Amino acid sequence: MNIVVCVKYVPDAQSERAFREQDKTVDRDAVDGLLSEVDEYAVEEALKIVEASEGEVTVLTVGPAQAADAIKKALQMGADKGVHVCDDAIHGSDAAATSLVLAEAIKKATDGSPELVLMGMTSTDGVMGVVPAMVAERLGMPQVTFASELTIEGGSLRARRDGDAASDTIEASLPALVSVTDQINEPRYPSFKGIMAAKKKPVEQWTLADLGVDAGAVGIDAAWTKVIDVAKRPPRAQGTIVKDEGDGGTKLAEFLAAGKFL
Amino acid sequence: MFELGADHQEFRALVREFAADQVAPHVATWDEQAYFPVELVPQLGDLGLFGLVVPEAFGGSLEHSDGGAFTSLCIAIEELGYVDQSIGITLSAGVGLGINPILTYGTPEQKERWLPDLVAGRALAGFGLTEPEAGSDAGGTRTRATLEGEQWVVNGSKAFITNSGTSITSVTTVTARTGVSADGKPEISAIMIPNGTAGFRVEPGYRKLGWHISDTHGLAFEDCRVPAENLLGERGAGFKQFLKTLDDGRIAISALALGCIRRMLDECVAYSSSRMAFGRPIAVNQGVSFPIADLAVMADTGTLLTYRAAWLKDEYEAGRRSVDEVKKAASVAKLYTSEAAMAATRIATQVFGGNGFMEEYPIARFYRDAKILEVGEGTSEVQRMVLGRLLGLPQA
Ligand SMILES: Cc1cc2nc3c(=O)[nH]c(=O)nc-3n(C[C@H](O)[C@H](O)[C@H](O)COP(=O)(O)OP(=O)(O)OC[C@H]3O[C@@H](n4cnc5c(N)ncnc54)[C@H](O)[C@@H]3O)c2cc1C
Repeated sequence: MNIVVCVKYVPDAQSERAFREQDKTVDRDAVDGLLSEVDEYAVEEALKIVEASEGEVTVLTVGPAQAADAIKKALQMGADKGVHVCDDAIHGSDAAATSLVLAEAIKKATDGSPELVLMGMTSTDGVMGVVPAMVAERLGMPQVTFASELTIEGGSLRARRDGDAASDTIEASLPALVSVTDQINEPRYPSFKGIMAAKKKPVEQWTLADLGVDAGAVGIDAAWTKVIDVAKRPPRAQGTIVKDEGDGGTKLAEFLAAGKFL
Repeated sequence: MFELGADHQEFRALVREFAADQVAPHVATWDEQAYFPVELVPQLGDLGLFGLVVPEAFGGSLEHSDGGAFTSLCIAIEELGYVDQSIGITLSAGVGLGINPILTYGTPEQKERWLPDLVAGRALAGFGLTEPEAGSDAGGTRTRATLEGEQWVVNGSKAFITNSGTSITSVTTVTARTGVSADGKPEISAIMIPNGTAGFRVEPGYRKLGWHISDTHGLAFEDCRVPAENLLGERGAGFKQFLKTLDDGRIAISALALGCIRRMLDECVAYSSSRMAFGRPIAVNQGVSFPIADLAVMADTGTLLTYRAAWLKDEYEAGRRSVDEVKKAASVAKLYTSEAAMAATRIATQVFGGNGFMEEYPIARFYRDAKILEVGEGTSEVQRMVLGRLLGLPQA
């Protein structure tokens, strides 16, 4: 089975993130970026599926020039080829527009007939988690979100979704789109060979024109929502200090009860 | 010219990420418990670290290294050593002492039998040269092997052998006297002894000053019989073979020492910038900041010496440099960087004050671990002897 994995290049959560003054978008130049951690699970799952049967894994990203790093990481892990959709007009796109570009790129990468599309459940920067559903809708495919276990059997798939109170097992026909959680597997590290092999793997560069997407349908001006203000989270207030004057235990319990922790 | 290429830098980032995620969280506990993390070895294998200098036929990646295989190995050792010295030596010895002799001198059958598991990290191998009565003077080997029919019968003992007693150690190669050469000197050969062979006893692990996470044992051989074909390399070439192995090992130890120095530098910069005394960060005092500046000099000097030696070694493999050039660069790098690492840990423990003496901070562990760098793979004195000889100085 051939699998397309959509991956996102995100600012490194370990570093201080900044926003651009003029349009309130993330300042990509100010921070180092990397392959969104949750997407590594999607790449790993795709590699496992292909290794157990056959097929190719294509990694797809929509993002600025630096996003090539996210593709490279996935290729180093073992994916077979990459597609990088890069176009200045995409800057500032919201989830809806991003899903349009992704859907068109998936179609083009699979000659119009994708078999399985995998994504991380959410990006580690935007944390909206809606893109998988939107892409599935645009492709007219079953969407199985937040999968913590995935098996492919013939023309269908089974996925486990873990909730707070119960786990569901979902079955869906293929082709389908699945978004995965960080419980689904343990992503591999690339190997030395993987690093060297990745240099020779093909990466296609596409623009909006290549996909037949109208530049007016994407980008910051086409976004359905607008970021009007960005403010740093205020520093955390100092915690409560419970002084033990013989009744420390009681006070502690009261504090926890008041906060509904107990 | 003074920067590693993009591939090497990317590889460094990979090892760094792995070491930070998979090694760093555990090392304090492993060290305290003197635990050898056997489960980590296959992970190092998956990263390809044991196979960097090994051809693809045995599971390695030599053909993909663009001629920089040994440099890659040094990078991996340095980065692991930055997080923990014992883990760094586990890789260094695993490749340099375990894999290398078999790869260099093994018959096709020997390579086929042992290398794939070693490269994958499913097994480890040791190399036993040092004996209770023969260390720097390794030619003074007393262990004997006599050929009886189709078998070598080995008697004697070895001391301080790295990776020789883990639960996955498959084989230990030892040097032994196999007779007398034409010139009257003892004939020394290398013989591979599979772990578990009757008459081969692995002594309990040592109580050590440092390298608690690394596996070190004394070995005893009592009428230990192995097939004649377990001879590694030529009969009588054991000593020469091992001398060649040592050049690589010295560069690798230099890389390990470099990891230690860089770690001390980073720790000291962070600590001295935040630790307050007399109402100011301690780093505002030149008594604190000057030795830290010296650490930066040690880190840079160690980097240049280590990677020059590694580059020369890679160039030597490509037939472009002489063995003496490698030998000299290796001894210079090992001598300087190991002594600098020792000095660096002394500086760092001083910068950390009382906390430097406490096991809650990593400094104490590095302080304990650093000493062996000046001893293993040839003591500092031995390096100076080698250099004296290479400089053409009159010899006693
Ligand atoms: C943790 C650990 C791991 C080790 N792993 C291995 C291993 O895997 N395989 C292996 O074979 N060995 C191993 N060794 C042994 C190590 O290589 C030796 O300890 C080292 O070579 C020194 O030998 P020695 O201990 O016998 O010291 P000695 O040779 O007794 O030296 C004692 C002192 O005398 C000095 N000295 C000796 N001769 C001279 C001279 N001619 N001129 C000036 N000074 C001299 C030395 O420099 C040293 O300072 C390991 C050792 C340790 C501690």
